[in-house]
Parts: sequence; C-alpha cells; structure tokens
Amino acid sequence: MRIRQLTYIVYYLKMNIFFYITAFVTLFSTIMVITRHNPVHALLYLVISLLSLSVIFFLLGAPFVALLEIIIYAGAIMVLFIFVIMLLNLGKETAAQEKAWLKPRIWIGPVILSTILLAELIYLITTAQLPSYNLQTVDSKAVAISLFKPYLIGVELAAMLLMAGVVGAAHIGQQKKTVLHRFLKEEEPQ
Amino acid sequence: MNTPISIEIVMLLAGILFVLGIVGVIIRKNIIFMLLSVEVMLNAAGLAFIAAGSRWAQPDGQVMFIFILAMAAAEVSVGLALILRIYQQHKSLDIDKLKEMKG
Repeated sequence: MRIRQLTYIVYYLKMNIFFYITAFVTLFSTIMVITRHNPVHALLYLVISLLSLSVIFFLLGAPFVALLEIIIYAGAIMVLFIFVIMLLNLGKETAAQEKAWLKPRIWIGPVILSTILLAELIYLITTAQLPSYNLQTVDSKAVAISLFKPYLIGVELAAMLLMAGVVGAAHIGQQKKTVLHRFLKEEEPQ
Repeated sequence: MNTPISIEIVMLLAGILFVLGIVGVIIRKNIIFMLLSVEVMLNAAGLAFIAAGSRWAQPDGQVMFIFILAMAAAEVSVGLALILRIYQQHKSLDIDKLKEMKG
C-alpha cells in the first residue's frame, strides 16, 4: 500500500515537472516570437511554441488534439506563412527596418500596462482556493462521437467557413490590373 | 492516464500566452508579425478550452479546439492573401502606410 502511494507521488512529481518545463519552453519561445526582427526566425520560434503546446495538450489528456496541433498548425499553417515570406522576399532589410521600428519608446507603455493586468490575473488565480482534480484522458472516439452527433451543425458551419475562406483567398489573391475608374486610367500606379 | 496537473496553473499559462499575443499585436508595426501574434492568441484560447474539457472529462473542449483550428486556417488564408495584395500595392508591410480609409 505504501509502495503504491510512493509510486503515485513520484508519478505526480514527474508529471508536474514535465508540465513546468514545457510551459517554460512555450512562454520563452512565444516571447521570442514577438521580439524577433527577422520574420523567419520568429516563424521558427512559433513552430517551437506550437510543438511544446501540443506536448501540454498531451499531458492534459487530449492526444487527438495534440496530433492535430502538430499536423495542421505546425505543418500546414506555418508552411503557408513560409510561402508568403518567400513570395514577399523578406530578408535582411526587413530585419533592419524592424529593428528601427521596435524602439523601447514605442513598446514600453503597452508592456507596462499589460504587465499590470497580468499581475492582477496571477494574483487572482493563485489566491483562489480551488480543489485540484485529476485530469482524465478524453480519447479520439469520444471526441468524434461528440463532433458528429451534437456538434454536427458546427461541423457544417466550419465547412462553409473553410469554403468561404478558400474562395475569398482565391478572389483576393488573383493577379489582375486594377483600374479604379475609367477616368483614372492615366494616373494608375505602375 | 490520469494527469495530476492543477487546472488553475494551466489557465494561468493560457492567460499569459494570450497577454503575450496582445502585446505582440500592439507593439508590432509589421503586419506579418501581427498575424503571428493573432495565432498565438488563438492558441491560448484553445489551451483554455482543452484544459476545461479535460477538467470535466468531457470531449466538448476538444471539439471547440477543432473549430478554432478550422477558423484559424480560414483566417490565415484570407489574411495572407490580403498581405500579398497590400505588398503589391504599397511595396511595404508597414501598417502606418495603409491610410486609404482615413481611420
């Protein structure tokens, strides 16, 4: 009985240490995302942030969503960003420009204000005497049943949203010479 | 697998991530970095949903995260198309240069 209790305590500590290390990695890489000058570096740090967030999802007992996070976010959406950065050919001069834009005079005010709000949030959450529970694993079967039974209308709405997104992106992104008005034809930008 | 992580710490992490995303949106002038910060904020909201869902051992949190994922994909595709058009018209990604609406 005592050995069983001891193994549970060891397991508890191990899971908590895992969680804290992963949370630190997530926070650090997110801070790096919002402070980098080069867009590609920021993108790589965002990928690390997404991967560590998916480890946190796995620790919280959501393995299906952890896989989706890696496949869709770190796989598909980040590739979209990389393609756009390649198309725009953002390189060293963008980094220099960012360095000129990101002066302390600009960011110090919002950072102080949001730090005050964050301190209040931390105080409120850590002083609340909430009982702690063991988190249960919710497997993909339960998620699928819930997704396609009570949330079916949500799935259809998401499908319509994705369709609208694809059509909108194709419409906005098409290459076409824009003539705002027939009287403005002479002074259109080259 | 029972995971003995207290729920308020996870909510705290989600809040800190959300605040970091807001700070990124506010302090940046490049529109690509603003879009990246919006992604960070969406992830923080998803983390809060996942934590609540595993606290009550219900699949609803994960379902909501899947909806957030679909929404983020649509938002990113439209947003990146808009960024491409902005760059073609203004030769810059500075949001201060976009003054046509006189806002």
